[in-house]
This record gives sequence, C-alpha cells and structure tokens, in this order.
Amino acid sequence: MLEKVAIAGLGFTEFNSVSPGSSYRELTYEAAVKAYEEVGIEPKDVDSFVCTSEDFLEGYSISDEYCNDQLGAVLKSGQTIPGDFIHSLSVGVMHILTGLFDIVVVQALSKASNMKTIPEMVNFAFDPVLTRPLDITSYFTAGLEMNRYLAEERATREQCAAVVVKNKANALINPVAAYGADVTIEQVVDSEPIAEPVRLLDIAPYADGAVVLVLCSEKTAGSLTEKPVWIKGVGWSTDAPSLESRDWTEGIATRLAGDMAYKMAGITCPAKDIDVAEVNDEISFKELQHLEALRLFDEGDAGKATEDGKTALGGMLPVNPSGGGLGMGHLFECSGAAKVVELVQQLRGEAGPRQVPDACIGLAQAWRGIPSTSAAVAVLSAD
Amino acid sequence: MAYQKVAIVGAGITKFVRRAQETGKELAFQASKMALDSCGMTLKDVDCVSLGTAPDAFDGVHMKGEYLSDGSGGWRKPYMRQFVGGGTGVFAPIHGWLHVASGMFDTCLVVCSEKMSSCYPHPQGAFITIFDHTTEQALNPTLIWIFALEMNRFMSAYGISKEDIAQVSVKNKKNAMDHPSAQLPMDITVEDVMNSETLAWPVNRLDISPASDGAAAIVLASEHTAKRITDKPVWIDGVGWNLDTAYWATRDLAYPRYVEKAARMAYDMAGITEPKREIEIAEPYDPFDYKELHHMEGLLLADRGKAVEMTVDGVTQRDGDRPICPSGGALGVGNPIAATGLMKVIEIFLQLRGEAGPRQVPGTPHCGLAQAWGDLMQVGTVVVLRS
Amino acid sequence: MELEKYELGGTYYKEKDLKDGKLLSLDWKPKLQYAWDDGVAIGRYLAELKKGNIIARKCNKCGRIMIPPRMFCELCWRPTDEWVDCKDTGRISTYSICYVNWDASRIKKGEKPHLPAVIEIDGASPGMGIMHILGEVDPEDVKIGMKVKAVWKKPAEREGSITDILYFKPARR
Repeated sequence: MLEKVAIAGLGFTEFNSVSPGSSYRELTYEAAVKAYEEVGIEPKDVDSFVCTSEDFLEGYSISDEYCNDQLGAVLKSGQTIPGDFIHSLSVGVMHILTGLFDIVVVQALSKASNMKTIPEMVNFAFDPVLTRPLDITSYFTAGLEMNRYLAEERATREQCAAVVVKNKANALINPVAAYGADVTIEQVVDSEPIAEPVRLLDIAPYADGAVVLVLCSEKTAGSLTEKPVWIKGVGWSTDAPSLESRDWTEGIATRLAGDMAYKMAGITCPAKDIDVAEVNDEISFKELQHLEALRLFDEGDAGKATEDGKTALGGMLPVNPSGGGLGMGHLFECSGAAKVVELVQQLRGEAGPRQVPDACIGLAQAWRGIPSTSAAVAVLSAD
Repeated sequence: MAYQKVAIVGAGITKFVRRAQETGKELAFQASKMALDSCGMTLKDVDCVSLGTAPDAFDGVHMKGEYLSDGSGGWRKPYMRQFVGGGTGVFAPIHGWLHVASGMFDTCLVVCSEKMSSCYPHPQGAFITIFDHTTEQALNPTLIWIFALEMNRFMSAYGISKEDIAQVSVKNKKNAMDHPSAQLPMDITVEDVMNSETLAWPVNRLDISPASDGAAAIVLASEHTAKRITDKPVWIDGVGWNLDTAYWATRDLAYPRYVEKAARMAYDMAGITEPKREIEIAEPYDPFDYKELHHMEGLLLADRGKAVEMTVDGVTQRDGDRPICPSGGALGVGNPIAATGLMKVIEIFLQLRGEAGPRQVPGTPHCGLAQAWGDLMQVGTVVVLRS
Repeated sequence: MELEKYELGGTYYKEKDLKDGKLLSLDWKPKLQYAWDDGVAIGRYLAELKKGNIIARKCNKCGRIMIPPRMFCELCWRPTDEWVDCKDTGRISTYSICYVNWDASRIKKGEKPHLPAVIEIDGASPGMGIMHILGEVDPEDVKIGMKVKAVWKKPAEREGSITDILYFKPARR
C-alpha cells in the first residue's frame, strides 16, 4: 500500500432493539461527538464525510440530504454510499490514498425500529418481475441457501446452531449488545420454523445504533491518537444478483473481497495471520460459509471448528467476540460498522472481558443481506 | 502529487425517452457496452465499477444498486454505488476518479442508469418523499414547489424576468436537435414558453426538463493505461463536491453557495484561477431553465445576477464566446437524473476531442466543466476536464 | 467517436401501447410503513404545535435561534442551550402558485391553486424559515416580504403535527 491509513477516532452508541428517545439525527450526533472528542477535532478539521444509507431503510428518498448536519458537515464535501459501512470505509481509504484528503469521517446508522414493515421492504429488493410476484417470506432465500449448504455436508444443523449459542453468549459480556442470551443448541433447532431449515433463533434480530469513525493519513495519526489502528487492506465485490444464476453454496463475493483485502495487506496465509475475526452471521450458517470463503477454515471445517470451540473466546481463532449480529443485533447497513468497532477495541487492547490476548491483526467482513450478493472486507492491524 | 492522473477514454449512451421498453439493467448494459466498444476494451479490462442512479423509488426496487449490478458490468468485480441525489451524474465520475487516483485500480467503468417511468402515477410523485418526513411531508408538497420557490427568489433578488429566463429553454431545446439521444428537441420561441401551462408560478411547462429513462457510461483509466488505449485522452483535472445543510428553508435560495464551494474545490485542484477566462465550455445542470443561470453564477462563470445577460447577448450559444449546454442539456436531451449528469460529462469529453459532430463548437476548446446539482437544493458536484 | 456513428439503445413506447396490452407489465404496490422517532428536538416542536405555540432552540455561541429546533448547533458543533418561544407571525421569503398536486395531476376546475411559501418566523433568527402554505389570500396579492399570521386548527383537533397550523394568512397591522 502506497500510504498508510489509520482509524484514529471511534464513536458509537449502544445497540438497542428500540431507541425512542433519539431521532436519527440525535443518534448520529451522539456517535459523532464521541468520535471527534476522542481525537480532539472539530468538523472544520475534516476534509470529507462519507455516510452510509439506503433510501428504503430510512424511509425517505435521497437519504443523502439528511446525513450531514448531525456530523457538522455543512458546506463540506459529503457523499452517501448505498452499501455497507465497510464500503464507505473503503471510500474513505481511497480518499486518503490520493494524498488530497487528510482527515475523513465515515458514518453509518440503523433505525430498524422505525421500519414497520421490514419483510415487505426486503421483498421490495427482489427482482420485480421474476421473484417478487411469488410473494414468499423474505427469508426464503436464506432457507434455500442453508439447505444447499447442509446438503453439501459443509456443516451439520447442530453446528450452525452452535454459532448462535456462541455469539449470544459472547454478547452477554458486551455492554453495547442488544441480544445477549444463554441458549442451547436444542433451543435453536426447536425454535419456530421460518423457512426450513432456517428457524427463528438462527436469525439475527434487528437493532438501532450509530457509528462514526475518524480516518486519517499516517502523518496526521500521531497528533490525533496514541493508539492508531491501521487499515492494511480493503476489498469488496458483488456476485450475480439474480437468484436463478447464483452459486448457492459458496460465498463467492466474500471470497473475492477477502482476496482483494489480503493482497493489499500482504497476507498470504490468512488462517495463520488473522488473530480475531468479525464476520456476518445474520443467519447462523452464514458465519460458517463466510469463514470458509475468507480462507480462515477449509471447506467443511468451519462447522466442526465451532463445535470444538476453536472460534469461541479463548479459542484458536475467536470469531465474533462482540456477539456478532446474532448477539448485538442486525444493523442493516451499519452491520459492518459494529464489526469494525469491535476490532478497533480489540486491537487497541480495550475489549475488556472479551479481549483476545495479543490481538494484532483483525478482519471485518460484511454481507449486504438478503437478497444481495455483495460483500466487503477490511483487514486492520495494531501496528 | 501522490495521486494518479485519470483520463476518460471511452463513452456510451442510450436514447433518453419518456418510457423505455428496456429495464434499468438493459439500459445500463447498452450504455456500458457502447462505452467499452468505443475504446476497444472488454469487461476483462475493467478493474472496478462505480454505479450512479437516483432514488430507488423510481424503479420500485429497494437496494437498486444490487439489482443493476449485472447490467453494469459489476459481476464478480469490486462494484460500488454512490448517491448524492441529482448530483449523482457528475459525482459518478468523481467516485470513479477516487478509485483510480488512489492507485488501487487502473481502470474503472462508471455507469449511470435511470428508469423513472416505472413509478406510477407519475415519477414526480416519488419526490414527495424527499421532504422532511416529520415537518414537511404532511403538507403534501410536490417537487415543483422547490423549484418554483427558488426561481421566484432568484428572479426577485436580481430583478430577472421570466422572458429572459425562457431564452435558456429556447437555446437548449434547439441545441438538442443535434443530439442523437434527445427526447425533446424542438425549435420554439420565448412566446411558446410563456404561453405554456403554468404548473407552479413562476414555472411553466416548457421551463422544465422531462422525466426520462436512459443510461450513460464512461471508461476511466490511469495515465499510462489511458495513453495505450487512445491518443485523445481527456483528463479529469479537477473534482469538487459540496453538501449544504438539510435545513433548506433557512438558506437564501437566490445563490447556490454549495455550487461555488464545489467549483472552488475543483478549480484549486485543476490550477484554475480565472474560471471566466479559463473555462471555455460548460455543461451546468439545467433541469429547469433558470437553473442554468443560477449554476453559472455559482460556478463563478458569471457575476451574481448577470448570467441572464450573457444568455440574452448570445454569449452562451454554441458559436458564442462561452458555449453553455451545447448538448441541449436536460431541457432538450432529457433528464434521467443520474444519466443526465454523465451525459453532460460525455458532451464535454466529445467537445474537447473535436468529436461532437453537429454540436461541435468552433475553435477547439481545451478546458471545460460539467456540473450537477441535487437533493433539497443542497449538493453541487463539479468536474473540470482538459484535453 | 462521434455519437452519430453508434446505434443507441433505449426504445420508446407510448402509454397507450401499455393500456392496449401491446406490452406486458407488472404492477406492485409496496407496503412501506415507517414510524420515525422524533427524538428530543422535534418531539418538543410537535408537542408545542399541539399547544398552539411555535418553539425554537438557541445556540448561545453563535446566537442563532433556530427553527425547526435542534439539540445541536450544526455550525458551532455544540449542544444548543435553551428553548425560545416564537411568535406565530412571520414574513414571506418566497412563494409559488401551484396548479399541480404531488402526483403531477392537475387541480380540478374551480379548485384554488396551492400557495406554498417559505415563511421567516418572528422570534427566530433572520432567515430562519419553515415551509408551509398560505390561505385566505388571492394569489395575485401575495408579495415577497408580506407579513403573515398562522391560522391554527381548533385545539381539540390538533395532533402534534405541522398541519396543526392550517395555513398562514396576511397579517393585519
């Protein structure tokens, strides 16, 4: 990489199932204040702002209009990325690599509690001619995919449930997580069927929250923070959007995004080099599929590794120590942000009871959720 | 300079029509294929894709970027969508520029596709959702309110008449008669504009650009790759973008200060100190005729309140000293929101290469700009191009 | 690469072709419902509207009294300091006379055109405007700079919404 890019400041709210006391503006303001205070900057010091949002998630068109006041970004360069936070993070990285921008702020927000008809909204993303008229539950694609994944013996049903058990347990010791709980494999497998084999407890419930990050160039990092976390590599990719022509087993977009990020970071053996990983677990089996796509485990091994405790806190490669989406809550386009938040804390040594000892290189992966095939990956490092 | 020089090396565009049989995906494909063909490239040569498209509400597909990805060449590639409302069409090349200038990618395909006709009862209806959901939508506003309020303020602040503003519509719709994509090319008079139906005073029907379907695409390349692909690369020498407060009713609508800030950002980067002299040709966004004047002033191409004189004196005609919207603009060619901005970028690209056919302005301009605008009168996006 | 040398995509069809069944199409009416949390600032704004009062928020650093109220000053980047009651009168900063509805349909014959306006509210800082509509006035008589006063719904009918103000009418001196 030509120029090093640092995450200097971090600000985030709690993740909760509801947030009635704050409007979306006030939620972002809270996260922004924390991030700017941490590094002692004011909005006037920032060169560019990158927000993350999708119109139908916020409930108004051109959601770009309503992103900037609460970041102090009035009459400044601001843009919106309809993607995941990690896409916006990548745009922030590209800014700094040009050498023309020094401090860039990246933001994402979830107000899932304000979306009253989420299944219809997810359905609204399906192909309007080929898929939507079938009018099935929006989780049917998850069911199709999980069924295929299990049929190809990549994991067992119980191993997928083990992901839920692990992540919800991790969330119990994460003060900002919304859905920490003590569940058993049986409870997961016996919970209400949604789109077999996907059951209710396999699905990450929704949550609200906001995250703001301050990125900067290497030369500025020293003046802003004593514990910069370096962005070593970013990658993103999109596979076929059509249901009819996609691969139902592999997370191909995740593999391509991961490879791009590893190349940029100079990592040739991810399974050895990555100390801690935060990957999308919106549906339980997705964590396993993504771990394999990211080359952290071989094909068919991720499920076994989870069962054996290798991905638990204290295991060989802790995965989703934050509790992931299953434990923290699914934050839509802010999902990747929650993962980066956890990694930054881990790499700074500030993750408290969830701290992975000597964590030096971390990986955050986001998938944009049903029905997309887009993924984005960031590799972060403490030095 | 740490950043890579970036050039536009190819372009593609579809016809702009009120309603197209093609889906948004197909329009995107048609434009992208033409762009790649125009510079002898294939999808294999494209490192990444940047997509621009306006509100999902038009097409009626949530996460529209995902849906359009395969039509835009985004299959198994780094593909990203960006969004700044109406400014998207000129922000798309800026977003693409970031990809290449950062050194992370060598080539980038920038695509803008729009399908407004899917929205019923009328695409205009989708715009009610751009107003503040709590403090404004309950009043049942229409998009035209914003423009009418702004146009009224502009006219009143500088004492400009509707007749003079109408000359912009006459010029652009006439210019569009030479553009192969044009939706509303026509030879009209100021009287025709003044007699057309009043939709929201002071806005008449012929003051407005139409709702459209259409797509456009350009190919960007870093310096050494660009020189291998074409002997006439057009360099993106300056980029600028700026977003003003969402509290639009607290701003003086007579002057787009955010367009000025975006322009200054681009001029600084391009080393331009006297825009009036150095910018030889410009395509500011003209969804309504007064907007061309409003933006010319924001772009510092005319003094405040004076852009109208340049129009009346014929300075902004194709054979004038400062051709403005030689393509025919949104007023004449059509306004498939994101694709319009890119259409303007493509026009400057062609003009600087001497390839604008019947629209070519005399002399060979070397430096031009394209600008778009959007949101609640909030965002300005500018690119400065040089041959 | 003149555009003229290429065959451009995009194929037009008439609305009539659709109605006559020459093209196949699909209809979908999405069920998209949201309930936005108003938060502290707008929550209070709406609650005060229900009481027949327009309230603003002041930033003591820049001195701006802002409508709609916000809990943070976006220019000074600090929390705002106090609530300020405004009058329900103001001045027209710009206006329009509108003959179309939100969905581009025309108003019916005999129906009065809509009169949207930006109104600077007395008691807030100069230039602080809100969007609303005018009433009880002939379109030809509306002028930029005209003084106007709010006409409220009866207290029992108010909901805590911007529509608790029915419209603004010319103010008598």
